[in-house]
Amino acid sequence: MNVTVTVFAILVLAASALGFTATRTKSADLRDLQEWALGGRRFGTLLSWFLLGGDLYTAYTFVALPALVYGVGALGFFAVPYATIAYPIVFLFLARFWSIAHERGYMTVGDFVRGRYRSRTLEIAIAATGVLAALPYIALQIVGMKAVLSQLGGFVAIGGGAMPLAVAFALLAAYTYFGGLRAPATIAVFKDILIYATIIAAIAIIPHALGGWHSIFAAAGKALRTPLHRQPLLVAPQMQFAYATLALGSAFSLFLYPHAITSLLSAKSADVVRRNAALLPLYSILLGIIALLGFAALAAGIHAPPNEIVPILFARFFPPWFAGLADATIVIGALVPASIMALGAANLFVRNVVAPISGKIPSSNAATTKWLTLAFCALSLLLVLYMNVKFAIYFQLLGGAWVLQTAPTIFFGLHSRSMPARALLAGWVIGMIAATWFAVSDGFSPLVAIHIGAFGLVGFIAVYAVLINLAVAFGATLLLRVRLPEREPA
Amino acid sequence: MARRAWYLLLALPFIALLDVPIYDRIDPLFAGIPFFYWYQLAWVLLTAMLLGVVYLATRVRGR
Repeated sequence: MNVTVTVFAILVLAASALGFTATRTKSADLRDLQEWALGGRRFGTLLSWFLLGGDLYTAYTFVALPALVYGVGALGFFAVPYATIAYPIVFLFLARFWSIAHERGYMTVGDFVRGRYRSRTLEIAIAATGVLAALPYIALQIVGMKAVLSQLGGFVAIGGGAMPLAVAFALLAAYTYFGGLRAPATIAVFKDILIYATIIAAIAIIPHALGGWHSIFAAAGKALRTPLHRQPLLVAPQMQFAYATLALGSAFSLFLYPHAITSLLSAKSADVVRRNAALLPLYSILLGIIALLGFAALAAGIHAPPNEIVPILFARFFPPWFAGLADATIVIGALVPASIMALGAANLFVRNVVAPISGKIPSSNAATTKWLTLAFCALSLLLVLYMNVKFAIYFQLLGGAWVLQTAPTIFFGLHSRSMPARALLAGWVIGMIAATWFAVSDGFSPLVAIHIGAFGLVGFIAVYAVLINLAVAFGATLLLRVRLPEREPA
Repeated sequence: MARRAWYLLLALPFIALLDVPIYDRIDPLFAGIPFFYWYQLAWVLLTAMLLGVVYLATRVRGR
């Protein structure tokens, strides 16, 4: 067996073993939902930093982002402004969300909606949107793992890596079931240290081997140039609005996903959240460097499916044992968010979709949520193994456009005088329809051109849809206030 | 300075990064990297520093 595969297998198994150490915690009763799903809300600044970093910067990011830059050039770099302006949003709004949730004992976004608006319909709508957005996201973590496994060769690549994927995912389901959020939190520390090691090595070795950044950009620019796109290292003027809306829309979406909220609420104070807003951008620097690896792959003359260029770069420029470590980093990088996504989505589904439909108050017992976490892991694995990967990617894109439609309800809900639940619900319905329509009508592209007369503007579908959503919600609020002047908004 | 005034500093990253035409160009290069790329990477660090400053300035002790 070769060195790369051996190092890879040992590290992935070690990470899984770490996950199981969290299942034996003596300090907490893991039958209690608060302990199981939120780690008892006791994580300090450092552990929250590792956990949020390991959770938000997913394996799919490490695979898909350089793949995007490799394919389209500068436009793919929007992830950097996205992962920057997300943090002022965390500082200004999510720290407040933490405080309200802590004071009232909310465990999910759905709990927040129920408490703030007293509307179980709106609660179900917002929670179901989060669950729908999380499922394809878990599936894409598996796609990221698959890209690495198929590049590794040897026994791990048998059947397109289906066997090792199933094993890694079964282990993931098991330690999440037993340990709850503490399991991915423990692995996250290991994951993040490996990520920093891999990226520091990549930046020390790869640009030098390719003759420096200057020649990388020159070669990449040449490789990407088309008759239509003469400046591929820049965003074409008619695409600048698209670039800005992709960054802004994604930044506002980030903390509407159940996995991000779960990690956020496990912090022990609002101050921990604020401090992390200032510390987490360190990961965004890594993200930018990883994105630039797309140009390095072009300069190195790699011709491969875009999702596989990063493992190919590792194999070409790193010594075999370090390539194994770097590949393991990506796979472990998938395990942490996948575990938190399954856990967060299951918790949201049980508390805020099933409970209101059956007319119950959510229970504090973790049993149902734990079982559903297993079911979501299995579902995502089946999605990737038996359905077209393209389907998962389209579904993920739709999920991203859908989840932003919950933004008005959440962000306005931070203020005591928000809009009436019925107005926000109307906005959500129209926003969901608009987002789906934009995506489907244009062959599942994240961008759509809106024409007003002769003037056309290309932008991110999620942002266009949420503008329609907001217009409907404001309009409905005015109508309700006129028609029902004597009643306080619900 | 009032707390709200400090929060205004956090508008800077939005302006600097969402107004794409101001940085969508190649020159000046830095270590061979076009302006478009290093400008945005520099703003990651600047944003972190701004957040640190605003955090320290608006922190309420004992909370």
